[in-house]
Amino acid sequence: MADGGWISRWPVIRQLKGEDGRRDAARSARTDALRPRTEEADTVARSVCPYCAVGCGQLVYVKDGKVSQIEGDPDSPISRGRLCPKGSASKQLVTHPGRQTQVLYRRPYGTEWERLDLETAMDMIADRVVRTRRETWQETHEGKEVRRTLGIASLGGATLDNEENYLMKKLYTALGAIQVENQARI
Amino acid sequence: MAECHPVGFQWVMEARLRGAKVFHIDPRFSRTSAVADRYLPIRAGSDIVLLGALINHVLSNELYFREYVLAYTNAATLVSKRFQDTEDLDGLFSGFDPESHRYDPSSWAYEGDEESEAETDEMREGGGQHAEAAGSDSYGARGAGASARPPSDPTLRHPRCVLQILKRHFARYTPEMVAELCGIPPEDFAELAEAITANSGRERTTAWVYSVGWTQHSVGAQYIRASAILQLLLGNMGRPGGGIMALRGHASIQGSTDIPTLFNLLPGYIAMPHAHRHEDLAHYLEMEGADTGYWGNRRSYLVSLLKSWWGDAATEDNDFCFGYLPRLTGDHGHYATVMGQIDGTVKGYFVIGENPAVGSANGKAQRLGLANLEWLVVRDLTLVETATFWKDGPELETGELRTGDIATEVFFLPAASHVEKEGTFTNTQRLLQWREKALDPPGECRSDLWFYYHLGKRIRRRLGDDEIDRPAIELTWDYPEEGEHREPSAEAVLREINGTGPDGRALSSYRELAPDGSTRCGCWIYCGVYADEVNQAARREPGSRQSWVAPEWGWAWPANRRILYNRASADPEGRPWSERKAYIWWDAEKGEWTGHDVPDFDLRKPPDYEPPDGARAEAALAGTDPFIMQSDGKGWLYVPSGLSDGPLPTHYEPHESPVLNTLYARQSNPARRTYDRPENPYNPPGSARFPYVFTTSRLTEHHTAGAMSRSLAYLAELQPELFCEVSPQLAAEVGLVNGGWATIVTSRTAIEARVLVTDRVRPLRVQRQIIHQVVMPYHWGYGGGGLVTGDIVNDLLPVVLDPNVYIQESKACTCAVLPGRRPRGQALLDLIEEYRHG
Ligand code: SF4
Repeated sequence: MADGGWISRWPVIRQLKGEDGRRDAARSARTDALRPRTEEADTVARSVCPYCAVGCGQLVYVKDGKVSQIEGDPDSPISRGRLCPKGSASKQLVTHPGRQTQVLYRRPYGTEWERLDLETAMDMIADRVVRTRRETWQETHEGKEVRRTLGIASLGGATLDNEENYLMKKLYTALGAIQVENQARI
Repeated sequence: MAECHPVGFQWVMEARLRGAKVFHIDPRFSRTSAVADRYLPIRAGSDIVLLGALINHVLSNELYFREYVLAYTNAATLVSKRFQDTEDLDGLFSGFDPESHRYDPSSWAYEGDEESEAETDEMREGGGQHAEAAGSDSYGARGAGASARPPSDPTLRHPRCVLQILKRHFARYTPEMVAELCGIPPEDFAELAEAITANSGRERTTAWVYSVGWTQHSVGAQYIRASAILQLLLGNMGRPGGGIMALRGHASIQGSTDIPTLFNLLPGYIAMPHAHRHEDLAHYLEMEGADTGYWGNRRSYLVSLLKSWWGDAATEDNDFCFGYLPRLTGDHGHYATVMGQIDGTVKGYFVIGENPAVGSANGKAQRLGLANLEWLVVRDLTLVETATFWKDGPELETGELRTGDIATEVFFLPAASHVEKEGTFTNTQRLLQWREKALDPPGECRSDLWFYYHLGKRIRRRLGDDEIDRPAIELTWDYPEEGEHREPSAEAVLREINGTGPDGRALSSYRELAPDGSTRCGCWIYCGVYADEVNQAARREPGSRQSWVAPEWGWAWPANRRILYNRASADPEGRPWSERKAYIWWDAEKGEWTGHDVPDFDLRKPPDYEPPDGARAEAALAGTDPFIMQSDGKGWLYVPSGLSDGPLPTHYEPHESPVLNTLYARQSNPARRTYDRPENPYNPPGSARFPYVFTTSRLTEHHTAGAMSRSLAYLAELQPELFCEVSPQLAAEVGLVNGGWATIVTSRTAIEARVLVTDRVRPLRVQRQIIHQVVMPYHWGYGGGGLVTGDIVNDLLPVVLDPNVYIQESKACTCAVLPGRRPRGQALLDLIEEYRHG
C-alpha cells in the first residue's frame, strides 16, 4: 500500500477492493491527523449536567477561552460516563448564538427593548426594591405582628446552586419578602 | 423514567438484567413502557384506587411483613375514640367544616395525645392553621407533649389500632374497583399484586419510582402517602433495593427544597413562623413539634440558623433575632402570588431561571399577573417568554392586552451558565455535587450568586436606621470576592451553610449544634458538607474504585447517608433481615452500628436500648425505632397530624373528570383549593362538551418550558414540533389525521398541535364506557429564543391545588378535541366561550 500513491490509499478504492469499509479502509491521511478536541483542551473542569436531577457527571473542556467540548465523566458512579441527548447537547447550551449576554430594559408602556448597562440596572433594581418595600410594608396583620412585605415576590431556584438559593432566601427574609417560591411547588 | 431521567434508568435496566421485573404504570406509553416487562395504562387521576387495592390485597391476605410492621411502624398504635373514617362519614373524615372546606384534625390524634383539653386546643389551633399554610417536616412530630410511647396493641386486634383502621378503610378498594375506575383489568392487577408481594420480605425488596405524575393532583400528597403505606407494610423502607424514589425534574430542585426558595420553609425543613401561631422563640419551639425524636433538637437547628444570619447581633436576650423573621398568615404560594399580581398587591417580581408564562398552569393568569406589575426582573440564559410577554404574548393576538397599555417595567439580566460558575447541585438522591468553574461568563452574564450578593449590598447601602431596616442592616453579608467581576466565593457560602463551632472551625455533624447560640449553621441537614474544612461535595473518587454504595463521590445529606432510615435494613435485634439484603447491622463486639453505608442511627445505641422516663430527643427513641425524625420513631401507616385532607389516602376524582366517583358520595377532594375567578374558569362538572381526559408529559429531547432546549439546534431538530398523541379510535371519532392538526379546547383556552395517531395510546374501559386520554408534551412556547416554537400546553390547565402543599392539578383535567388548526384573534375567544357556555 505504501508504494501505490494517493489513489491506492484513497479509502473508496480500498473499500471497493474488499477491505472492511468501516474499519482501517475508511482511514485517510486526514483522519489519521485528526485529534479529539478533548486531547487539545487547555483545561478540563469537573462539572454536573444542568438539566434533570439525575446529576450526571460532565467534563467541560476549554480551549482558547471557549468551551470546546462537554463529555460524560466516566468516573461518576451515577452516570458512568453516559449523557442523554440533553446532557450531550449542553455545549450548545453554553455556546449557542441565541444566548443573551447583554442587559435589556423595557420601560413602562415601551414597545421595544433598550440597552442598559449592568451597573445602572443593578442600581435601578435596588431602588425599586427599597421603594416598593417601604410602600407595601406591613407591620401588623389582623392585629398580629408580621413585619413583612407582600409587594415583592420571587420565583426560581430549582435550576440554581444551593449557595444561590441560600443567599436568596437569606436576603429576602431579611427584607421581609415572604412570597419566595420555586419549581418545587409546581 | 427512561424518557425523563434516561441515564438514571440504566440502573433499572441493570436490575432487569439481574432478574428484576419492571412494571410501568402510566397513562402514556413512553420509552419506559417500551422496555418494561409489563405496561399498564391507567386513567390519569385514579392511582389511589390502584394503590389502595394493593394495600387491601396485602392486608386481607395477611401478606405484610409482620415482624417489620410490628416493630417499625405505628400499626399497633391506638387512635382516638373521636376519630371517624370515610367509611363512617361517606367520604369525609371527622372534623370537616363545610363552610371553610377545612379539616380540624384534632380527632385524628393517637389515643392519649388528645386527652389533655388544653393541649387539644393548642393542637387544634396548630392543625387548623396548618390547613392555612403548608407545614414543615416537623409535623412528623405530633406536637408538644406527645409521648414517644403512645398506647398500643401488639396483637394488632384492637378495633382502634392503626392496622385495623387501615383494614376497614381500604376494604372497598377491590380489583373490581380498579377495573371500574383505573381501567386496569383484574388479571393485570393480579399479576402486579403477585409481583410486589413475592418480591418483598426478608430476601427481596420492591421499589416504587414516581415523578410529578403523582404529585400534580388535588390529592397529590396522598398519592405518595398511599405508596408509603404499601412500602411500610411490605417492609421496603430503609432497605437496599426498596424505598420510594421521587425523580425530580431539575438539576437542583432537591437542593432548592432543602435550602428552600419556598414560602413556608426555612433551611432544613424548619417551618417559617406564623403570625397567629407563634409569638416568640419559646412559643414557636413549643408549638413546632415534639420533644422526642430528632426534631427534639429543633432549638439547636433554629438558633444556629439565626446565628449564621444575624451573627453577633443575635443574642439570648433578643431571642437570637427570631423577631426579625417575617410572619406568614396563610397561603403565600406561587398561585396565591399570581392572583396577588392580578389584584395589584404584588408590585415587584423576580423570576430567576424559571419561566412561568410557559411552565405554570393557566399561562394566561400568569401573563395577566406579569402585565399588572410595576417592575419585573428576569434572569435567564435566553429571552424567555416571561421576559417578552409584553411584546409577543398570546393575549396580544386576541386583543386581551395591548403592548402600549402594559405599564410593567422589565429588566432582563443575562445569567451565567452552569460551567461559568462554581457551586453545588443536590440531585434526586440527596447527593451534593460540586461543580468546578470552567471559564468566566461572557459579556454581562453573571451568576445568581453575584446578582443577589451585589443587589443585597446595594440595598443595604440604601437603607437607613429605621426599625424595619434592622434585619437587613444587621444581616451577615460579607463574603470574600474573587476576580474582576468581584464574584462572591461560593465555597465561603457553602461553609456558612455547613456551619462553624465556637472556635470558628467548620462543624462536622449536626449533632454538634448547640441550643445556646455558640454554633452557627445555615442549614442543619447540610452540616458536615464542609467537615474538616474540606469541601466534601467536591469529592470525586472514581466509582470503579469504590464499593457499590460509592460513599466517596460527592456528599449526601444528612451525614453522607445514602439510604435514609437504614436502621430498618436490620431486624429488631440488629441482624440483617437476610444475607442477601445486608446493609447496616449491629456489631456487638465493637458496640456500634456498621455496614455498607453510614448508619442513619445513633452509632452506639444498642438494639436493646430502652429510653428512660423523661428522655428527650433521640434519647427518647428505643434501639428498635428506625424512623428517627418521627416523635415515636415509627413509620407512619396512619398520620395523626400534619396532613390537611385526612390521615389516610382516599380516592377522590380530579376536579375536572369525566368519571363519577363510585367509591364515595364525595366526587373530589373536599379540602382542595380552588380559585373561582374570571381568569381561572373550570370546565363545568360532568360536562359532555369536555369528554376526554387530558394530561401532560415530557420528552427526552426537551427540558420543561423549553428555554434550555428549544434554543439548541440539536434538540430542536430532534423534536421540532408540538404534537398530541391519540389512539386510532379517538382519531376516527373526532376526524383527526396522522400528521395533520388538532385543536385541544378547555375553558381556559384552545391550542393547536400536530396529530400523532398511534395504537400505543390505548382507550380505557372505565365504568362500562370508553375513556380516551390525550397526552401532550409541554415544552413549546412562542419565544424563549426557541429555534422551534408552538402553542403553550400549560395554558390549557386550571389552577386547582392540593391542600397540603399547594401544588396544582396539572396531570388530570378534561378537554375537547377538534380537527384542524385553532382560530386566531377574537375568533379564539369566541370558540372558548362557545365551549364553556354553549
Ligand atoms: S445527561 Fe440527561 S439524564 Fe443525565 S443529568 Fe443530564 S438530563 Fe439528566
